[in-house]
Amino acid sequence: MEPRMRRQSKKAHVRLLACVLVAIVLMGTRSLQAQEPAPLTKVTLLPQWLPQAQFAGYYMAVEKGFYKQHGLDVTVLDGGPRKSVAPALRSGEATFATQFLSTALAMRDEGLPLVHLAQVTQRSALMLVAHKSHGIHSVKDLDGKKVGLWKDFSAQPMALFRKCNLRVRTIAQGPMINLFMRGGVDAASAMWYNEYHLFLNSGLNEDEVTLIFYDQHDLNFPEDSILCLDETWRTRPEVCHQFVRASLKGWQYVIEHQEESLRVVMQRTGQARTGTNRAHQRWMLQCMCDLIKPVKPATRMGELTQEAYERVVCELKNNDQIRLAPAFEEFHVPIHP
Amino acid sequence: MFRFIRDHLRLTLAFKLGFLVLASTGAVFLLAFTYSNYIARGLMLEAVEENTRNLARSTVNRIEALLREVQPLPQSIAHHIASEPHTEQEITRMIQHVLRASPHIYGSAVAYAPDEFTKGVRSFAPYVYRKNGGFSFKNLGNANYDYGAEDWYLIPRELGKAIWTDPYYDEGGGEAMMCTYSVPLFRESNGQRVFVGVVTADVQLEHLVEIVSSIKLYKTGYAFLLSQNGQFICHPNQNYVFKESIFSLADDLGEKQWRQIGIKMLRGGEGLARSHMPNSKSMSWLYYAPVSSGWSVGILFPEDEILANLQAMNRVVFWIGAIGFGLLLAVVFVLSRGVTRPIRTLALQTHEIARGNLDLMVPPLRSRDEVGDLSQSFENMRLALKEYVANLASTSAAKERIESELKIARTIQRSFLPKRFPPFPDRTEFDIYATLQAAKEVGGDLYDFFLLDENRLFFSIGDVSGKGVPAALFMAVAKTLMKGVAEQKLTPSQVLTKVNHELYVDNEQMLFVTVFCGILDLRTGELQFTNAGHPPPLLVRQSSGVSWLELPKGVLLGVTEKPEYETWSITLGPQDKLFIYTDGVTEARSATGEFFTDDRLRVLVENLAGLSPKALVEGVVAEAQNHTGKAPQWDDITALCIQYHGHA
Repeated sequence: MEPRMRRQSKKAHVRLLACVLVAIVLMGTRSLQAQEPAPLTKVTLLPQWLPQAQFAGYYMAVEKGFYKQHGLDVTVLDGGPRKSVAPALRSGEATFATQFLSTALAMRDEGLPLVHLAQVTQRSALMLVAHKSHGIHSVKDLDGKKVGLWKDFSAQPMALFRKCNLRVRTIAQGPMINLFMRGGVDAASAMWYNEYHLFLNSGLNEDEVTLIFYDQHDLNFPEDSILCLDETWRTRPEVCHQFVRASLKGWQYVIEHQEESLRVVMQRTGQARTGTNRAHQRWMLQCMCDLIKPVKPATRMGELTQEAYERVVCELKNNDQIRLAPAFEEFHVPIHP
Repeated sequence: MFRFIRDHLRLTLAFKLGFLVLASTGAVFLLAFTYSNYIARGLMLEAVEENTRNLARSTVNRIEALLREVQPLPQSIAHHIASEPHTEQEITRMIQHVLRASPHIYGSAVAYAPDEFTKGVRSFAPYVYRKNGGFSFKNLGNANYDYGAEDWYLIPRELGKAIWTDPYYDEGGGEAMMCTYSVPLFRESNGQRVFVGVVTADVQLEHLVEIVSSIKLYKTGYAFLLSQNGQFICHPNQNYVFKESIFSLADDLGEKQWRQIGIKMLRGGEGLARSHMPNSKSMSWLYYAPVSSGWSVGILFPEDEILANLQAMNRVVFWIGAIGFGLLLAVVFVLSRGVTRPIRTLALQTHEIARGNLDLMVPPLRSRDEVGDLSQSFENMRLALKEYVANLASTSAAKERIESELKIARTIQRSFLPKRFPPFPDRTEFDIYATLQAAKEVGGDLYDFFLLDENRLFFSIGDVSGKGVPAALFMAVAKTLMKGVAEQKLTPSQVLTKVNHELYVDNEQMLFVTVFCGILDLRTGELQFTNAGHPPPLLVRQSSGVSWLELPKGVLLGVTEKPEYETWSITLGPQDKLFIYTDGVTEARSATGEFFTDDRLRVLVENLAGLSPKALVEGVVAEAQNHTGKAPQWDDITALCIQYHGHA
């Protein structure tokens, strides 16, 4: 106990010193410029994956100054396989993060005190793509077939198989598309905005595959959500509010200015050397604009309904991906635009 | 257009000739040019296809050689491992041995399936790779490297056969761009095939890239290599490498054809395709050939570079054609001018001739062609025309002479006839008047009267068959004979008999004459008369009016040798008249062909009965001529009237 106390008091000294310094600097500048606007609050966002059109809304909110208008100086970090969301949030490297709702619930189940600020995509982009040449023309044809699944995103397919009473041989698939392309599996998991288009741009024709969307089987999982630590929400609720408002503004701008947004996305992907191409990012951007649209007319952009939340929780529990889940109100904090 | 030119432009023969010759030559040249160009292009493309096919296949062969060199080694390791269990050290040694033997292999691993190396070990994958000139060792089965999700592990496991992966950056492994040949390893267990793991051999991508990027073709032609997913493994444009696939480019640049070509390439196709260059309007040719690893080599070359030689040749051919055309133009011009010059001269000359100048000589032509013949013909025609015109002049002169002679003959003939009226101004017993209106210049009618002695008046009227000079002469003869004979105190019939005799003897022409003649005794009014085929006169009696005089029968003079004529007589009372005429009066024909007729004459004479002989004669003649109108007069019109006043 004691060492920890001491460390805290040391922290307090440093904080006090910092406050004094800031006060001196502020007083100095105020004497020079009487109408100095309120200083921007520095925050960071870590998207869950490498720079791509999936995060265009945040890039555009930076690019068009929406964050600044809301008093924030936002840095959008580059996510990816080497940069996990949980440690970054925990260490404070990232103030905010995006993550699949289901993944966020799993992270919370593992003890990360997350709160959910906004639900950006309303529909599942996760899907199954199956070779027609392997005799799969509808869901029931999956019976007895080899299906590639991602471990983290297996709740929906497993629920589908249970629901349709299918015996399926599941294969843990990697991030590459080649297993499916070479016929190593009869069907594979894919993101509509990503892998599916990679299939198409690897020489597979649309009429050669059967597409299975989960939202068409009452298994819709809202996906990309904006998250932060419980502590951030409690200590700086206004920053959270402003961040979500500006981010949704960025998404609205993307929907209305897709080509301009595509240029910005291509700059980001170029800087990060992700090895993508414009055709792919254009497709992804169009998909995102579609996925963001509210499923029901009554909901607004960024809203998470309790019904959707409960469905995700239920299926994750069924799939043994989580043991417990917080109450809806505890997990989701409503932000009003 | 042509109609307009034809109608509004007077095109010279030289122009037409030149135009047609040049147009047809041009058409032939163009046709030959197009055809030869088409054929040359085909041949050239064939040659290019052959070359690029060879180039593509040799490139494929070099890649295949590299792959073939690599493939047996993991196979042999797999064989060894399958035959007996090995320790980690043994496996590492084996791999190092393989790497030493095969300089093209970058690294090699044996990746076990869970529990297959040792029970309880989830992942074990010893990996040896080249580093800084030596070998480096790694166990890929660590927390940062989940090989269970890697293509080189998953795909051969699921397909149950060895594969080449697409190029990838082996992060956490070999830390290089590489392709991996991966051989699955299976063991038998209770009759089932159990997956043991894979044995891999990596090839650094730079070896492949060297093979492909060394290819240069024409000026800017190049080769590229597509992965199994259509990604550019190797392309001169570095922005494409591992970023774009042939399909994403097709999508982004809107080149739908590329997608079709890409699908053909990735499905093991080989062939030639024509398409746009990326980001360019110019066309290019692409030869593609498959590699056994599922990749495809493409060799792309701009069309204009292939066809540069052809275009150079075309330029030369074009200039040869253009210069030749110019020369031909000059030759045709000169030639057609030469050919048409005599024609033009001829045209000018004949124009003069057409205006009547027949003295202008058509210049003789030396050329022995059609134009020469034409010129000669024109000259002949001119001479013939000139001669004809000269003949025409002399004929006209002759005709004029004849006409003037006829005029003289008429004058002479008229001079035979008594034409002084009144002829005997001192005789009061009678009044006489006669006239002759000739149909032609010289007529065949005659009349005459003269006093035989103190008391007797001889008169006659006649009509010679035919007209003109022969008739006039015959008439002169007849009249002269009659006058000669009548003086011999004969009766009228005797006079005619004698005259007939004379006429008949020498009448070789078989002319004849009708005659009515009579002798009026001025003391008594007795009229002796005879007739030779002449129409009957009208007798105008003071007492009984107009009647036809009854005539004795008698044939025409000059026809028979011994005709018989009778002399009849009547006595004229004071103021009685006798009107005698030739058939020129009664047979005067109108324009519509109607005759004057005897009846009309008789009515006319009845109407004019009270007039003097002169007035009567002139009235009848005027009426007859009036009847004829503008129609030509067919016959001489002659009328004679005697009025007897009685003895004083």
